[in-house]
Amino acid sequence: MNYNFKFKALAPYTSEIIDGVILTLQLSAVTMLLGLAIGLAVAIASISPKSALRRPARIYVEAIRNTPLIVQLFIVFFGLPTLGIKLGANSAALIALSINLGAYSSEILRAGFESIRPSQIEAGRSLGLTAAQTFRHVVLFPAIKSIYPALASQFVLLMLTTSIVSSIGATELFGQAAFIDSRTYRSFEVYALITLSYLFLTLAFRSLFSAIYWLVFVRRSRA
Amino acid sequence: MIREFSLNDLVFMLEALRWTVGLAIIATIGGGALGIIVAVLRVVAFKPANWLAIGYINLVQGTPLLGQLFVFFFGLPLFGIQVDAWVAASLSLSIYASAFFGEIWRGSLQSVSQRQWEAGAALGLNYWQRLTHVVLPQALRISIAPTVGFLVQLVKNTSLAALIGFIELTRASQIITAATFAPLPVYTTAAALYFIICFSLSQFSQRLERRFHVTR
Amino acid sequence: MSLVELTDIHKSFGSVEVLKGISMTMEQGEIVAIIGRSGSGKSTLLRCINGLESVQSGRIQVAGIEATKPGADLNALRQRAGMVFQSYNLFPHLSVERNVMLALRLVQKMSVDEARELAHAMVAKVGLAEKLAAYPDELSGGQQQRVAIARSLAMQPTLMLFDEITSALDPELVGEVLKVLEGVAREGMTMMLVTHEMNFAKNVADRVIFMHEGRIHEDGPARETLLEPRTEELRSFLSAVLH
Repeated sequence: MNYNFKFKALAPYTSEIIDGVILTLQLSAVTMLLGLAIGLAVAIASISPKSALRRPARIYVEAIRNTPLIVQLFIVFFGLPTLGIKLGANSAALIALSINLGAYSSEILRAGFESIRPSQIEAGRSLGLTAAQTFRHVVLFPAIKSIYPALASQFVLLMLTTSIVSSIGATELFGQAAFIDSRTYRSFEVYALITLSYLFLTLAFRSLFSAIYWLVFVRRSRA
Repeated sequence: MIREFSLNDLVFMLEALRWTVGLAIIATIGGGALGIIVAVLRVVAFKPANWLAIGYINLVQGTPLLGQLFVFFFGLPLFGIQVDAWVAASLSLSIYASAFFGEIWRGSLQSVSQRQWEAGAALGLNYWQRLTHVVLPQALRISIAPTVGFLVQLVKNTSLAALIGFIELTRASQIITAATFAPLPVYTTAAALYFIICFSLSQFSQRLERRFHVTR
Repeated sequence: MSLVELTDIHKSFGSVEVLKGISMTMEQGEIVAIIGRSGSGKSTLLRCINGLESVQSGRIQVAGIEATKPGADLNALRQRAGMVFQSYNLFPHLSVERNVMLALRLVQKMSVDEARELAHAMVAKVGLAEKLAAYPDELSGGQQQRVAIARSLAMQPTLMLFDEITSALDPELVGEVLKVLEGVAREGMTMMLVTHEMNFAKNVADRVIFMHEGRIHEDGPARETLLEPRTEELRSFLSAVLH
């Protein structure tokens, strides 16, 4: 093998890589918030006794979970403009990712709600707590604790998945890789380096999330 | 020249769909074979083997599949191996699948309780007999629903091969869109085709889940 | 007006009628044991009194609050009628102290100091002062149930409802919980308990109600009713549980 690896050729593009990392993190964080908000609404609809709410929620979840994100992304970015809705690459990415995450997070949240035994709610009510107080003080914390690991791994998965939005020209980390590739023609070095940067981010976030879990849920703070 | 989205295009998409399915099948077989190795390395009583498997799983699950795809696509030629897009796609999807299969199967193996091993030992079975007659049959039943469930992910992720130019359903849709400039009907049709396959698999997985749950 | 007044209560789950016209009253200071086979409706009756179940028809009045009136203040009712469950239902994410303090702070709007002081007193009363900082999963079933009793008592209810509170316990842990209950009884608390502990019913309760197939089948002074049952149904029930 007589190929000369030249990772040095990438050095001038450090600031592009940093910009890419920042946009990836912003995109992941904002998507997480929007996706959770959508997911919460859908989860509540999907456990509703009214089938007029339950059915659309089910259809949304199944439609999203059984089609590829990239096709959803293309529908938002290329399809919507034909209906007169024009979006920039980064905002189309945000919308498609949030709609996508909404379906997955609604399933996580639903499982969280269902993990609370009805007897816990009864115990709260029988002490005279209102429905809202019972939710806030009895249901919420254990529910979050039970879904926290799933949410944390969903976030990491989301961060890795954002790489797909480079396909519509969004300028997050993977998009920057394409840019640097086009300038340096060092495709392998660029993609190897960028791919490993994601690994670094993944490991960093996993440690952060376990630390938070330990602080909030394991180390029981005294009153 | 711009033309209408026609029946011919749909035929083209269906032909491309065969490659989507084909790629998923290749990755299932390749990933399955590798996944067995990963699962075994993960559970054997030999620490370095465990670490190797854990490192491998973290590397695969901690990086984007798209990145793996590009690294293989651009990297293999550097080692003198000329690869077509479909080879790079098959290889990286197999590796991707192996990490997930490995974890699913390890989980299934370990969810068979220690007491089952002990019960086998109490009957005088040796390690191999306990594994093949007592533990594996149970682990297999537990693993089957999540395995089928993961196939949904795999089918969806074959769409990323479009980005290295492999003509499967998503790439075919891009080509038709360029010719017809009708992205909405084309991509919606593509989504519907994916949905038919993935939804059937999801339902099948859920049926298996229920069935094995009841009898367990 | 009696403390509890039930008039012709009917309650169904789907097509199954569980309570088929229950009428009874209960006075301040009384200790009433409700006995009967499982499925006879005794737990459902208790849950109706606490407003955890709604009824199809009839009238329920508890401590001056009419539970069956539309828009009744069930929260006020539940503050006056404390309830302890078979499955303890402590909040797993809160320490013993916090479990007891929660409703004091939220419902009775006590200050932290007040609530803590009362919580400490109540937990001490059930003999678990050294477990204030423990979490439910660090306690035995009997200890958890004693905390649950303390948590209800702390609300200073007019009436306490106990729903088979020893049924989920290992036999060796039943005694400590019954002992706490006796203590509560001695202090003059009005109590209604669904129980399978016949000796406890005989020795501690003033009155026994035997439920059978959704109706009150016998109702009388505890000793007399248990020692000299008037009906064949109660006789066969007692011989089944005692032997």
